Amino acid sequence: MEQLTADHGHAHHMDPVEEYKQAKFGMWLFIGTEILLFGGLFAAYAIFRAKYPEMFHHDHLELDWRLGAINTIILIFSSMTMAVGVTSSKKGNNKLLIIMLAITIICGLVFGFNKYLEYSAKFSHHIYPSTSIFFSLYFMMTGLHMIHVGAGILAMTGVMILAIKRKFSKSYNTPVEVTGLYWHLVDLVWIYLFPLLYLIG
Amino acid sequence: MSHNNHDEHITPYKTYFIVWAILTVLTVITVAAARQDFGSVNLFIAMAIASIKATIVALFFMHLKFEDSITWVFALYPLFLLSLLIGLTSVDVFNRIVP
Repeated sequence: MEQLTADHGHAHHMDPVEEYKQAKFGMWLFIGTEILLFGGLFAAYAIFRAKYPEMFHHDHLELDWRLGAINTIILIFSSMTMAVGVTSSKKGNNKLLIIMLAITIICGLVFGFNKYLEYSAKFSHHIYPSTSIFFSLYFMMTGLHMIHVGAGILAMTGVMILAIKRKFSKSYNTPVEVTGLYWHLVDLVWIYLFPLLYLIG
Repeated sequence: MSHNNHDEHITPYKTYFIVWAILTVLTVITVAAARQDFGSVNLFIAMAIASIKATIVALFFMHLKFEDSITWVFALYPLFLLSLLIGLTSVDVFNRIVP
């Protein structure tokens, strides 16, 4: 087993083009599982919304759609800065990559801070996951999404440390691109969560 | 051939700015549309706009437009499974005969 790892598993012994393609494909597979992870919750949302439309309408008015919209704008902007970071890395502009990662991470933190404001406002109004099926879904879906935002921030911080250590070049930036794909997934999920929970509940 | 050691597409910065502008405008439209009462059409409008946004994100930010066919298959297959998950569960739940 150890020998097998030494022969095939070590990154530097692998064809860099193959490594790049496989890492990217692996992330797409993971994104597929993530879509289905959230899919279970979206299915629950669809069914309970169809069953209890009045409850969904009444409860969703408790949510602050303005804060939700601000978070949407922030997340879309951060998706753009991450994408710019990927291109700058491919062009060999390490400095721009670091700046873009920093902006993206800050956007993620601001998103989390807004979420904290939102949750604490709900708690102070005595709204908890047990309040109703709508809020149960609201906390579960946004909470699971928030965990993904946190994981994205950690991953981007790791990539930023590597960038500061000058580990990336025109010919090697696989972690930047793969982390970017993950961050765009976080954006993708929110694109559906925002209207479903805040706007048309 | 690009100067990269792997022959791949590098999206110009300009594309990202355009995509970002479109996504932001669509977000504003989504909020504005939801403020109006179109009845059940509201849900359709919101989901249509969200799907347009999601497609743009996947195609350009995630570079799906420039990926090979096997990546397309594995990007779209979960959506098929998702439609089965939501569709068949709905068919089940709403067609039960309660004794």
